Amino acid sequence: MLRFILRRIIVIIPMLFVIVSLTWVLVRLAPGNFYTGEKKLPPAIENNLREKYGLNKPWHVQYRKVLWNVARFDFGNSLKYEGQSVNQILWRTLPVSAALGLTAYLFALIAGITMGTLAALKQNSWLDYGSMTIAMLGISIPNFVLGPLLVLAFSLTLYWFPPALWNGFPSKSIVLPALTLSAIYIAYIARLTRSGMLEVLRSDYIRTARAKGLTERQVVMRHALRGGLLPVVSFSGPALAFLITGTVVVERVFALPGLGNYFINACFNRDEPLIIGIVAFIAITVLIFNLLVDISYAFIDPRIRY
Amino acid sequence: MADDQTDNRPLVEPEHVGPEYAVAERDVAELVTGEVVAGSSLWRDAWRRLLRNKLAVFGMFIVLLLAIASVIGPTIIKRATGYTYDSIPKDAAQLKSFAPFRAPDGRFSWAHPMGTDNTGRDILARVLSGGQISLMVALIATLVSLLIGISYGAVAGYVGGRVDDLMMRIVDVLYSLPYVILVIVLLALLPAKTPTAQLAELFFALGAVSWLTMARIVRGQIMSLKNQDFVLAARATGVSTPRIIFRHLVPNALGPVIVYATLTIPSVMLSEAFLSFLGLGVRPPRVSWGSLAAEGAQNLAIYPWQLIFPGVTMALMLFSLNFVGDGLRDALDPQTRKQ
Repeated sequence: MLRFILRRIIVIIPMLFVIVSLTWVLVRLAPGNFYTGEKKLPPAIENNLREKYGLNKPWHVQYRKVLWNVARFDFGNSLKYEGQSVNQILWRTLPVSAALGLTAYLFALIAGITMGTLAALKQNSWLDYGSMTIAMLGISIPNFVLGPLLVLAFSLTLYWFPPALWNGFPSKSIVLPALTLSAIYIAYIARLTRSGMLEVLRSDYIRTARAKGLTERQVVMRHALRGGLLPVVSFSGPALAFLITGTVVVERVFALPGLGNYFINACFNRDEPLIIGIVAFIAITVLIFNLLVDISYAFIDPRIRY
Repeated sequence: MADDQTDNRPLVEPEHVGPEYAVAERDVAELVTGEVVAGSSLWRDAWRRLLRNKLAVFGMFIVLLLAIASVIGPTIIKRATGYTYDSIPKDAAQLKSFAPFRAPDGRFSWAHPMGTDNTGRDILARVLSGGQISLMVALIATLVSLLIGISYGAVAGYVGGRVDDLMMRIVDVLYSLPYVILVIVLLALLPAKTPTAQLAELFFALGAVSWLTMARIVRGQIMSLKNQDFVLAARATGVSTPRIIFRHLVPNALGPVIVYATLTIPSVMLSEAFLSFLGLGVRPPRVSWGSLAAEGAQNLAIYPWQLIFPGVTMALMLFSLNFVGDGLRDALDPQTRKQ
């Protein structure tokens, strides 16, 4: 087990290296530069800019600097947002994205598990078909369609929530974005819970629990749920990948100052340090999270040995 | 998005593929006796089971309807009215967004059943043309992922041993890469010169990221099949290794592959829409459901129909495709159907 963890940690480093290098090559292959705009700069100013940002140095010097920056997790200054370091931007935008993602996931857990459990308990009833149809809708409606539709209904017609922008964490402004983001999780979690519960409810230990006279409520809450939720736990790994792509869109739809929104802007602006910084940050998060999920499998399911 | 690997609904378990051997057994029988043996009834059985699933039949109907409408719709509209998805009216008074079924004077009119966009272009024509592109991207990217996934998985599964270890290790490593991020960087920094080249870039990018699960499924299938007698028989009659893999093993592994491919189509379509929504996918003058929804979302407050029609059409297509995929899985694998 320890050897497995060590091996996986060692693999993370070359992977991070590959991701960062690939990103850097893409940034460099791209035509133009962050300062190329509609107006052509005088050559003297362009030279000064190149001098200032070290763009006139040979490529291997610049490449080494990028790797060194990633290694010590200090990405230098943003090119577009003058006077702000990439690290400052990261730590400012991360709480927004994290609050959004966690609220959405929490909401999805509650709604999804409730829906899935009810559907499994009343299999083939209208409740079952109803929740599964809603779940299928959740998978099928893209979040960039759902978000604006929710805005249309709840902000522009009913005036319940603000249509966009961010007012700090516990505020009305998080409701619609979190709801939009959670739709697909609700769907997946409901489906996973339902199939997990159906399997567990047929197992022997549930029959034993019933036979010893427990109430249906005790059987479900104390025995069945624990086993039936295993697939939901293992879903949390891929869920993070969803979360990252999801927040990119939702932050864009609701104009939230989160990591994803800045990332897209950085790509369009060719803001090299910011692109490298965000990509490296996301890559590290995803890689570590995947590792944690793999390790947790061994604890959840004793049959898995590494 | 492109994270189709999160779909952990059970795919067909390797040990449940029994009757499918018939296809390759027929091939061997053909080799041995020189006679063509009548086909098995597996596919016919599956088809019958699929037809009994009302939701799946409904899904197939909608998918076909939308696909046919997208393919022939724009031509019909052009014949009937003379405009295409990209024709801007000459009359300056019409250069604005009309509500569905409204003529410029505000009265009822059949001219634009879904209204027009900001420059007076017909939304129905745009939605149908967008459907063409969305469907094309989804189908071609799925084909790319099928091609890579089947070849890779089949070779890994059949050769086995160290090669298999290495190949699957690579897949594991690729799995944990934050792909979407790299695709965004690729498309944002290296946009193609022409809209057509941009489409090719999309096929490549989406296909290249969605073959991993396919490779795993195919490998699992091949591993469980390769020690069967019919493979031994094929080898004994002197069939070459590539032919064994692609004529005997792959056709027998098709059930789960088809199911997974059906579920890949909506997921790729969603990825394309996601990228187009961010302004990274299909570029004007071409339109796709994603880029139409992006346009519509900007004018949501005043012209909600610009978002609603493309958005709902796309959701309907994805909804139906998912039902067809689920139905196909149940039909090809009766074991999971009881759940």
